[in-house]
Amino acid sequence: MDVMKKVPVREQDAKERATNFEEVCLGYSMEEAMEEASRCINCKNAQCVKGCPVSINIPGFIEKVKDGDIEAAYQIISESSALPAVCGRVCPQESQCEGKCIRGIKGEPISIGKLERFVADWARENNVKPEGAKEKKGKKVAVIGSGPSGLTCAGDLAKMGYDVTIFEALHEAGGVLVYGIPEFRLPKEAVVAKEIENVKSLGVKIETNVVVGKSVTIDELMDEEGFDAVFIGSGAGLPKFMGIPGEQANGVFSANEYLTRSNLMKAFDENSNTPIMKGKEVAVVGGGNVAMDAARTALRLGAKVHIVYRRSEEELPARVEEVHHAKEEGIIFDLLTNPVEIISDENGWVCGMKCVKMELGEPDASGRRRPVEVEGSEFVMNVDTVIMSLGTSPNPLISSTTEGLEVNKWKCIVADEEHGKTSKEGVYAGGDAVTGAATVILAMGAGKAAAKGIDEYLSNK
Amino acid sequence: MYKILKAEELTTNIFLMVVEAKRVAKSCQPGQFIIVRMDEEGERIPLTICDYDREQGTITIVFQIVGAGTQKISSLKAGDSFHDFVGPLGCPSEFVSEDEESLKKKNILFVAGGVGTAPVYPQVKWLHEKGINADVIVGAKTKDLLILEKEMEAVAGNLYITTDDGSYGRSGMVTQTIKDLVDEGKKYDVCVAIGPMIMMKFVCKMTEELNIPTIVSLNPIMVDGTGMCGACRVTVGGEVKFACVDGPEFDGHKVDFDQAMKRQQIYKTEEGRAFLKAQEGDTHHGGCGNCGGDE
Repeated sequence: MDVMKKVPVREQDAKERATNFEEVCLGYSMEEAMEEASRCINCKNAQCVKGCPVSINIPGFIEKVKDGDIEAAYQIISESSALPAVCGRVCPQESQCEGKCIRGIKGEPISIGKLERFVADWARENNVKPEGAKEKKGKKVAVIGSGPSGLTCAGDLAKMGYDVTIFEALHEAGGVLVYGIPEFRLPKEAVVAKEIENVKSLGVKIETNVVVGKSVTIDELMDEEGFDAVFIGSGAGLPKFMGIPGEQANGVFSANEYLTRSNLMKAFDENSNTPIMKGKEVAVVGGGNVAMDAARTALRLGAKVHIVYRRSEEELPARVEEVHHAKEEGIIFDLLTNPVEIISDENGWVCGMKCVKMELGEPDASGRRRPVEVEGSEFVMNVDTVIMSLGTSPNPLISSTTEGLEVNKWKCIVADEEHGKTSKEGVYAGGDAVTGAATVILAMGAGKAAAKGIDEYLSNK
Repeated sequence: MYKILKAEELTTNIFLMVVEAKRVAKSCQPGQFIIVRMDEEGERIPLTICDYDREQGTITIVFQIVGAGTQKISSLKAGDSFHDFVGPLGCPSEFVSEDEESLKKKNILFVAGGVGTAPVYPQVKWLHEKGINADVIVGAKTKDLLILEKEMEAVAGNLYITTDDGSYGRSGMVTQTIKDLVDEGKKYDVCVAIGPMIMMKFVCKMTEELNIPTIVSLNPIMVDGTGMCGACRVTVGGEVKFACVDGPEFDGHKVDFDQAMKRQQIYKTEEGRAFLKAQEGDTHHGGCGNCGGDE
């Protein structure tokens, strides 16, 4: 074995997986996990932990994997994370824990994500549950949203002994883990539902079909329903569109709509009652993880798929692993390309997308080189479906119905990073509702910080 | 689970159900809607709130069979349950937050078409309870398809019924009745029109000529109903709005109806359209802009 290199992880063959919704990565076996764990040099001043938004004791759990004591490894991870099977799959480890790994200086870093996944999957298969609270605090906390930040906040508070209820607007708990991230990256029944069951096993109650701001307000939760504190983890919000001509044509979707139909409503399944457009040739506009998810979903539904992104490959905001998988599966990358108009037929259906070529100019405010249109480069892509994946803008449902809740100029909820404290007493917030669209693990970090903040607030009250 | 306490077929293909949904009943206002899901495989279907009882914790919904989803839920009986029932969604009607005194000075005209009578009812009732009597025009294809006549009569100032075929009340389209009333000397400060898209389009054309500001309630395709998916986007005054969070009520004179009608047919495949027409027969209400039911 070459200690400089990661033990490779088995994956479904690219050609085969391009036609199914089964998980792409197959994960480590016990032997592979123990072998990979043995590469860890157990640094005293572990940099990987600093790279983890929820500060998992990484060398600690890897040490247990090395010994083959997976249950102990699971309990170590559970001290810090409520969703290890999710994080092991969707965290951008390359820029977090693995990005800081000392092994990574000369060789490849330890495959921390895949090890975390292995431990969590093993615990699930062997029915090992996280340990709950020993004593009850006798105080009630409402958590709005059952996505990564809400589940984490709720799980942590429940472990401290609080009586926690999560309010979810959709009919199923999980937030973006359920409606956003596709089955082939994050299995819903096998992984997400089980992690949510674990959170529930800590005593957390989940009430679905409650749109806070509409069904009930935050003030009503606190004044009438007896909640002592509230955490807002309501997520990203409204999908953005480009504002180009023709964008309301039939066959133009937001990535949110497309993915929600496929993931939450299971439209990819023949038995589902929810329809989805199965385009012949699809353009996905954008270069983030959500764009990759939408593109790979459209591909699996039988389309020829283009990613259309106005900057170059280097600037693609998606994880390298996702881009790599997308390419392997046959997604076409039309980089330095920007749509200017969507063309539709006489019945209002998309029949093409007019684009221009771009080149990179001087760096802009974000530090990335600004794309500039190449004159006279206009051309038409023959697509029948366009999926806009341009990010989101905050949902006004909560901020507009909660008196005294400060929002910033982008209409995101203002909350301090350390404790998630908002301008309203007893109300905390975190995740995409505060930061705008970001990653699962950052939202989890915010949920964790807020749980600590809420505990301090309620302990001193 | 949300228990159905009463289920009744009001007329061919139009159903009324009273459903236990405490949170919705406590907080809903005229103008808002709900989303139901029949079972674990069910679609999320946005439906109209026709009435609510805050004390009993119930919501009355009225819907017409327009596709496979509504066809399925129409089979539910009293004692059955909806797997999911979420709301209230959308913004309440503007007048709910208006100053009562200034509201009392206004002459309001409601124009309801077909199953659109259901969402008009709680608005008229709300005003009636505040001592404000609004005129109501209800249009139906034919006498047998008229719904909620007695209920509406009890809360409306004047109720004008018109049928396309003249089988009951006045004869002709609702737009004719609007014109007749104005010609008779009626003055209206605002009109609220709810019904098939094509009806709302023509009501708006008429009221624009008559200079009556008009509010319409749109029911585009939706998935989540909370602003997340953007499927329900409509163009109003050149701006893109999401019907679920910005609406469902909009300034009718600014709505791009032609675009909205095209967007309504996104999932109506040829096959689906055939199914619809076969299922609905003569009651086929159109609105999709493509099936010929509008003519």
